[in-house]
Amino acid sequence: MHLAFADTISFSWDLLADLQILLHYHFMQNAYLAGTLVALAAGVIGYFMVLRDQSFAGHSLANVGFAGATGALLFGITPVVGLFLAGLLAAVGIQTLNVAARQNRQSDIAVGAVFTASLALGFLFIHLSKAEYAANVYNVLFGNVLGIDDVYVAVIAWSTLLLIGVFLVIARPLFFASIDPDVAAAHGVPVRALSFGYLVLLALEVAVAVQVVGVLLIFALLVTPAAIAQYVTTRPAVAVLVAIALALLFTWAGLAVGYVTPYPVGFFITTFAFATYVLVRGGRLTRDYLVRRRAASRLRSHAGGAV
Amino acid sequence: MSVIIAGALPPFTLNLWQDLQVILSYDFMRQALLAGTILSIVAGLVGYFVVLRHQAFAGESLSDVAFTGALGGAALGINPFVSLIVTTVAVALAMGGFGERLRGRDVAIGTVLAWVLGLGVFFLSLFTTHVSGTGTGFSGVTVLFGNILGTSIEQVRSIALISGMAILVLLVIARPLLFASLDPDVAAARGVPVRALGLGFMVLLAVTVSEATLAVGALLVFALLLLPAAIAHQVVSRPFVGLSLAAGLAVAFTWLGIAIGFYTGYPSSVCISLLAFVSYVVVVGGSSRLLKTTVKNSMLSHQGR
Repeated sequence: MHLAFADTISFSWDLLADLQILLHYHFMQNAYLAGTLVALAAGVIGYFMVLRDQSFAGHSLANVGFAGATGALLFGITPVVGLFLAGLLAAVGIQTLNVAARQNRQSDIAVGAVFTASLALGFLFIHLSKAEYAANVYNVLFGNVLGIDDVYVAVIAWSTLLLIGVFLVIARPLFFASIDPDVAAAHGVPVRALSFGYLVLLALEVAVAVQVVGVLLIFALLVTPAAIAQYVTTRPAVAVLVAIALALLFTWAGLAVGYVTPYPVGFFITTFAFATYVLVRGGRLTRDYLVRRRAASRLRSHAGGAV
Repeated sequence: MSVIIAGALPPFTLNLWQDLQVILSYDFMRQALLAGTILSIVAGLVGYFVVLRHQAFAGESLSDVAFTGALGGAALGINPFVSLIVTTVAVALAMGGFGERLRGRDVAIGTVLAWVLGLGVFFLSLFTTHVSGTGTGFSGVTVLFGNILGTSIEQVRSIALISGMAILVLLVIARPLLFASLDPDVAAARGVPVRALGLGFMVLLAVTVSEATLAVGALLVFALLLLPAAIAHQVVSRPFVGLSLAAGLAVAFTWLGIAIGFYTGYPSSVCISLLAFVSYVVVVGGSSRLLKTTVKNSMLSHQGR
């Protein structure tokens, strides 16, 4: 769709004019609104995902969205509902298998098992639906940020409000349970219920976001801003804010560049995010190296003074 | 492909020997069974270590990386197989370089994976707009879900070659790798090169995953890598028994799944993965119930005394 516009629009140095062109079309306004809301929730949820070391679970729940979307297509349910149902089932599956297989240390096998089953079901649903599926598959996998209608923006707005509201309530106990589950359990925090509730919230965010950024890229908005935030600061509240700000920044920049060039928005969002991550990590490494070298030279001069 | 043929096939009979003869009378079925058997053995063996070392996420990421690598090769006009192997091995080495610590490792893998997926989207758009021109991007679906019934004789040959080498290398390093996986600190103290073994295993995983992804698709590779090994870990604790059980289970799932797919007309990768998943759930459910009753019985007998 944006291919057709690509040759009529050129970037100029007058930023205000650029912004006006960018927000001139209604579908672009919707794209920005939806992208902003998704990034807002993704920053919060992603922070806890990184804190709890559940990146694989996030990746899997995002991919479960694939089965949900194709299943909804097959059975004729609204996509958002199908996506959320699939995510809910997957969350229940992961939690049950985890408890049954007695894996407290890392949940990667239960997550992987649910992931395999959901991919297989998604493929089965595609196989069963007789419709031309290729275009639909790509919409589900990569999203269609430029094709969002007003009703969907409202859906995203309400669910984002709900997500942020729930997080404001459970943030403190969830943080406690994520940092040290044993001590939290001893203090009477319902650790197991919280971890299940967290997976459900993650599933809800994925269900809402898939239409916008797609199964493959919601994961990028979840993990990368939070990973950077953890490098920048250790204070939880600041880290959440940094993660949100970064997610917003990447989404806005990705949308703008994706609009001007004929390439997909998702590629730019992930590339900006990854470049920032590499810069921050590299900066941290060089700083550590410089500090160590200064300390070593001071030590040497001390030793020289003693002799 | 399988759907069209399925309509013209003889129906399933209770005479199993005759069924087997019917299945084996088709060229594509012989090739599929051969390729499936070899891949299952490798996936079962490598998967046992994947589960032991908690590297399921890395294994899954590598098959996604293979997807990007193949697409990138196709878009830039390089031989897809070369670009696939180079990309996966490079990413695997980077992942291995993040270290052996469990905490924080998945975040680093996830960050790299997110970008690689974004790159995949980019290559896909390049590929569909510039190379094929149709805009449907059908090859992407094939890479994700594969078609084991479509393996050619050349693919079977290259699979056999690469898998044979992988099995050989794995058998040579099996003992030290087992030691290094179970207790890295003690192994390092004993002079076992823990870090080199970890990197070597990642390269082995990358090669296995990428050649298999090209042949049978990412879905089936991950199912065969993870689920038989997970069942083996749940059932036995002796490592070498577990290794052979994982390989045996993988082969059994593949044969059964291909046969079911042959007669029902469903995609074989779906049949194999769902079969493996159901078996895993049954084994986990059964073993946890078994444990509960054993504990309860012993408690009862204690109270009785």
